[in-house]
Amino acid sequence: MTGILSLTTYAPLIGVAAILLLRLVGKGDEARAALAARWIALATTLATFALSILLVMSFDRTQSGFQFTEDAVWFSGLHYHMGVDGISVLFLLLTAFLMPICILASWKSIETRVIEYMIAFLVLESLVIGVFCALDLLVFYLFFEAQLIPMFLIIGIWGGKNRIYAAFKFFLYTLLGSVLMLAAVLAMISIAHTASIPELMRYHFAPGVQVWLWLAFFASFAVKMPMWPVHTWLPDAHVEAPTAGSVILAGILIKMGGYGFMRFSLPMFPIASHQFAPLIYALSAIAIVYTSLVAFRQTDMKKLIAYSSVAHMGFVTMGIFSGTLQGEQGALFQMLSHGVISGALFLCVGVVYDRMHTREIAFYGGVVNRMPIYAAVFMLFTMGNVGLPGTSGFVGEILTLTGTYGASTWTAIIASSGVILSAVYALTLYRRIVFGELTNPALATIGDMGGREMLVFAPLILATLVLGFQPGLVFSFTNASTVHLVDAFRAATGK
Amino acid sequence: MTLQLIVTLLVFAPLAGALIVGLFGRRLGDTPSMAITTGLLFFACALAWTTFAHLIWGGGPSHFTVEIAPFINVGAFQSDWSIRVDTLSAVMLVVVTSVSALVHLYSWGYMADDPGRPRFFAYLSLFTFAMLALVTASDFMQLFFGWEGVGLASYLLIGFWYHKPSANAASIKAFVVNRVGDAGFALGIMTCFWAFGTIRFAEIFTQVAGHVPNTWRFAGRDWPLVDLACCLLFIGAMGKSAQFFLHTWLPDAMEGPTPVSALIHAATMVTAGVYMVCLLSPMFEYAPVAREVVTVVGAVTALFAATVGLAQNDIKRVVAYSTCSQLGYMFFAAGVGAYPAAMFHLFTHAFFKALLFLGAGAVIHAVHHEQDMRKMGGLWKHLPITYAVMVIGTISITGVGIPGLDLGFSGFYSKDAIIDAAFIAGRTNGISDFAFFAGLIAAGLTSFYSWRLIFMTFHGHAKWGHASSHDAHGDNHAKDHGHGGDPHEAPWPMRGPLLLLAFGAIAAGGLFTELFVGPERMAFWRGAIFTLPGNHILDSVKSLPPVVVWAPLVVTALGFVGAWYAYILKEGMGARIAERRGFLWSFLYHKWFFDELYHLVFVRGARGLGDLFWKGGDKALIDGLGPDGVSAVSYAFGRFTGRLQTGYVYHYAFVMLLGIAGLLSFALWAFR
Repeated sequence: MTGILSLTTYAPLIGVAAILLLRLVGKGDEARAALAARWIALATTLATFALSILLVMSFDRTQSGFQFTEDAVWFSGLHYHMGVDGISVLFLLLTAFLMPICILASWKSIETRVIEYMIAFLVLESLVIGVFCALDLLVFYLFFEAQLIPMFLIIGIWGGKNRIYAAFKFFLYTLLGSVLMLAAVLAMISIAHTASIPELMRYHFAPGVQVWLWLAFFASFAVKMPMWPVHTWLPDAHVEAPTAGSVILAGILIKMGGYGFMRFSLPMFPIASHQFAPLIYALSAIAIVYTSLVAFRQTDMKKLIAYSSVAHMGFVTMGIFSGTLQGEQGALFQMLSHGVISGALFLCVGVVYDRMHTREIAFYGGVVNRMPIYAAVFMLFTMGNVGLPGTSGFVGEILTLTGTYGASTWTAIIASSGVILSAVYALTLYRRIVFGELTNPALATIGDMGGREMLVFAPLILATLVLGFQPGLVFSFTNASTVHLVDAFRAATGK
Repeated sequence: MTLQLIVTLLVFAPLAGALIVGLFGRRLGDTPSMAITTGLLFFACALAWTTFAHLIWGGGPSHFTVEIAPFINVGAFQSDWSIRVDTLSAVMLVVVTSVSALVHLYSWGYMADDPGRPRFFAYLSLFTFAMLALVTASDFMQLFFGWEGVGLASYLLIGFWYHKPSANAASIKAFVVNRVGDAGFALGIMTCFWAFGTIRFAEIFTQVAGHVPNTWRFAGRDWPLVDLACCLLFIGAMGKSAQFFLHTWLPDAMEGPTPVSALIHAATMVTAGVYMVCLLSPMFEYAPVAREVVTVVGAVTALFAATVGLAQNDIKRVVAYSTCSQLGYMFFAAGVGAYPAAMFHLFTHAFFKALLFLGAGAVIHAVHHEQDMRKMGGLWKHLPITYAVMVIGTISITGVGIPGLDLGFSGFYSKDAIIDAAFIAGRTNGISDFAFFAGLIAAGLTSFYSWRLIFMTFHGHAKWGHASSHDAHGDNHAKDHGHGGDPHEAPWPMRGPLLLLAFGAIAAGGLFTELFVGPERMAFWRGAIFTLPGNHILDSVKSLPPVVVWAPLVVTALGFVGAWYAYILKEGMGARIAERRGFLWSFLYHKWFFDELYHLVFVRGARGLGDLFWKGGDKALIDGLGPDGVSAVSYAFGRFTGRLQTGYVYHYAFVMLLGIAGLLSFALWAFR
C-alpha cells in the first residue's frame, strides 16, 4: 500500500488538471465549462473519498506508530516524509468525507467563476490532506501555510460584502502565528538536527527550550483552533465565507490547531505542556463560558454558530492538555464530531440563505410551517450541537469533561456550565428561525429542501447518529495511538 | 419466549413505533400512525406485566441483564447498551408502559382534531423508549442517555404547538433548567469514575463501603467522597424531578398538550429522580449528609409546592404543583431511608396523578380548552363520569383511609407509609423530624387545594358562558369541534383510560402494600434496594403512637372542610381574597417570586454578560487592540512615511516585520 498516501493527497490535483485541460480544449461556452467543472470536482472528491476509505480499511488499528510511510530525499537533506497514525488517519477521512458534500452544496449557490472555485476547493483538499499526512516538519509547515492561500481566496473572491476585511483579519491572525511557528521549526531543526516528526517525538528537548518552542507553536495553533482571546477572526471569516467555505473552515481547518497540539506540543514538549496546562485550562474555560454567552446575543445565524464553534473547541483544548486517555480520545472525537455537526449547521444556514439571501435571525421565524423536513434536519443537528446523548456531540463533551476532571476539577466545573449555555443559545436560535407563526410575508413561498439538498445532509445525519450510538468505531482507530501518547506524556512529566 | 427476549421486545417496541411513525407518518396517514404506536405500546405493556410477574413470582433469578452493544469505551470508562432488569426497574417498566399505553389511547380522543397527530404519537413513543432505556441502564452512560432522551421528548412535546410563543418559551425553559441539573449529574458521574475507576453500577456498589472514610478533592476543598458524589448526582434528580430551586420549569411545562402532562410531567419522567436515588441506594445508604440534603430538599419542596398550589387558578397548574409536592414526599422518604416507601408512592402516584391530569384534560376538552377554573363551575351535572373519576383521584391523592382497619384508597397506603417513616427517623434525627411535620402540613394543604380544584371546577355556579373566548389559547383546538353549546362528556377513547386509572387509584395501594412496604417486601425487592443492616424504619411502623397514625387523616379532613367552607359554603370567598391582593396571596400566586428572581439574575444576567463580552470584549478590546488596531497603526505609519499608498500588501509587510522582529529576538535568545 506504499504510495497510497501520496495518491490520496494529490488525487484532487488530477481533477484540477482535468478542469484546466477541458477549459483549454473547449473554449467558448461558459455555462457548459462551469457544469463540467462541477462534475469533475464532484467525481474527483468522490474518488478521493473512496481512496481514503480504502486507506482506513487497510489501516492496522492495533499499531500506535505511523503507517503507509513514504520517505524520500527531496533535495539537500530535505525529506519528503509521509505517514498516518491513529490520530491523523480519521482527519484524512473527515476531509475526504466533507469535500464532496461541499461541492454538492456549492452546486447552485456558486454562479460566478465556477471553474476557479472548484479548482480552489480541490487544491485546498490536497493541501489539507497533506497537512495530516506530513511527517517532516518542513513539509508539514509548507502544507500548513499553503492551505491558507486557497481559503483566503475562497473568502476573498466568493465571500459576502465585508469579505476583504474578513479575509484580511483571517490572514493577519494566522500569519502572525505562522511566523512564530516558523521560527520554532527552524530552531528545532537546528537543535535536533532532524526535521523528521517521528524522530523529533523521540528527541528530548531541554525543559527551558521546550517552553519557548511550546509558546511559538501555541501561538500558531491557538489562533487556528481558535482559542480565546485570538478567536475574533473566526466569526468574521465565517460570516463572509460562502457556505461550503464555512463547512471546510469549521469542519477541518480549525481542527488543525487541535491536531497540532496532539502531534507537536504534547509529545515533543511534554514538560512545557504540563507547565502551561493551567493556562490552557483557563483559556478553555473562558472560551466555553464567554463565547457561549456571546453566541447567545448574536443576530446573525452564522456568527452564532461560529461563536459556538469556539466554545466547542474549548472542550478540545482542555481535553488535550489534561493528559488523560479520556481527554485525548474525547478531544479527537469532539473534533471529528464537530466537523460533521458544525459543517451540517452551516449547511442548514446555507439552505435558507440560498432562498432568502439573508442570515439575519430576526428575518426568519415559523419556517417549520413551510419546511417541515428542514425543521427536522435542523433539529437533529441543533441537538448534536447541544451535545444530546445519542448524537456524536455528546461523546466528545462527556469524555473531554471527564478527562479534564481528572486533571482539574475547577476547569471541569466551569466547563460543565457550557452544556447549559449551549442549550440556551442553540435552542433559542432554533426557536427564532423555525418555530412560531410565519409572519414575514417574504417567507410565504419558501420551499422545503429538495433532492440535492437531502443528498447533502443524508451522510451527515448518518454520521452524527452512528457515531453517537457507536462511538467505538472511532475509538478503535484512535485507541492505540492515544494510549501511546498518554503513556509517553506521563513518562516525560513523571505523573 | 425467554424473559431476555421479552424485555428486549418490550424496550424496542416503542422505539419501532416512534421510528416508523416519525419517518413515514405523513405517508401512512393519521389513523394507521396512531394504531401502530398505540398497538405497540399495549404490546409493550403486556410484556412489562409479564416480566414483572415472572420476576416476582416466577422463582427465577432476582435480576438479569441483556447485553445489546458496546457504547462508550475508553480506558476504564466502560459502558454498554444493555437492559438490566430487577424488581426496581420492573416496577418502573410496569408504571411507564401502563400509563404510556393509556395516554396513547386517550390521545385518540384528546388530539382528534390536531393536524400533527403522527408527530405527536411518534414523540410519545420516543419518550417511552427513552424512559425505558433510563430504567434499564446498567451504567451511568445509558442512564444519562435515557435521562437526556426523556428531556428531549419533554422539550419536543411541551413545544408541540410550536406556533404558540408561550409553548416555545416553556419548552426551552424545561430543557435548560434540566440541563442545570444534568451538569451537576455529569460532575457526579465524573466523581464516581475517578474515585471508583468505573461507571458501571454493579462495580461501583461493591466498592462504596470501602470508600466511606475517604475524602475527595473537589473545587479546591476536601469532601467526604460518597457524600459528595451523592450530592452531585442528586442535583440531576432535582432538575428532572422539579425539586426546590430547579422546579420552575414544571408548571410552565403545562403548555404542552394535557396527555403529555399526564405521562411525562406527572407519572413517569419527573419520577426519574426518585428512581435514581432508589437505584443508587447502595451509595446513598453510606452518605448520611447527602441523605439529609435529600430529606431537606424533598420536605421543603413538598411544603413549598403545596402552598403555591393554594393560589393558582389554572387547573393544570394546580395539578402540576401538586405533582411537585408529591415528588417532594418521595424524596424525603428516600432521604430518611425508606426507599421502598418512596417507590411505593411513585407507583400509586402514577395512577392517581395520571388520572387527575387526564380528568383535567377531559374538563378542558369539554369547555373548549379553557383552563381557568374561575371560568368553570357547576360542571358535575354535565360531566358525571369525569366528575366521579376526578373525585376518586382526589380522595386518593389526599390519602383517605382508615388507619385502624388499614383500608383506604391508593394514596393512603403510600403517603402514610412515608409520613410514618419520617416520624420514626425523626426519633433520632432532627432533619427527619422536620420532614415529618412538613409532610403533615403539606398533607393538609394538599387536601385543601385538591378539593378547591374539585369545588371550583364542578360545583357552584356555572361561569362558563357560551361566549367563552374560544381562541384565547390559540391552539389548534380553537377551531372547535363543530358542536358548541353545553360541555359534553369525553369520547370513549378518553373515558376508557380514565376508568382504568380510577381503578388503579382506588386499588393499587391496597393490592400492593404488602409487597412494596409490608412484611413481604424482602421477597419482593430481592436486593434491588439496598439498606444498611441498621435501617429498620419500615419494620418499626407497626409500633407508632395512635396520634401519629391518625394525624394525616385529621389534617386531610381539616383541608377538606376548609376548602368546602371557602368554595362551597361561602362561594366567592376565594375570589374576594384574591381581589384584595394581600401580601401572602401575592407571594403564593407569584410562586414565591422564583420566576421573577431567576429572570432578573439569570436571563438578564446572561444577556448583559453576553453583550458585554461581545461588544466590550470582542469588538472594543480584542479587535480594537488586535487586528483593527494593527491596521490603524500601520495606516498612520503609512501616511507618515508617505512611501506606500494604503493597500493590503502593506499590511502583510508590516506583519512580516513583526514576525522577523520576533524571529530575531528568538535567535538572539537561543544562540546567545
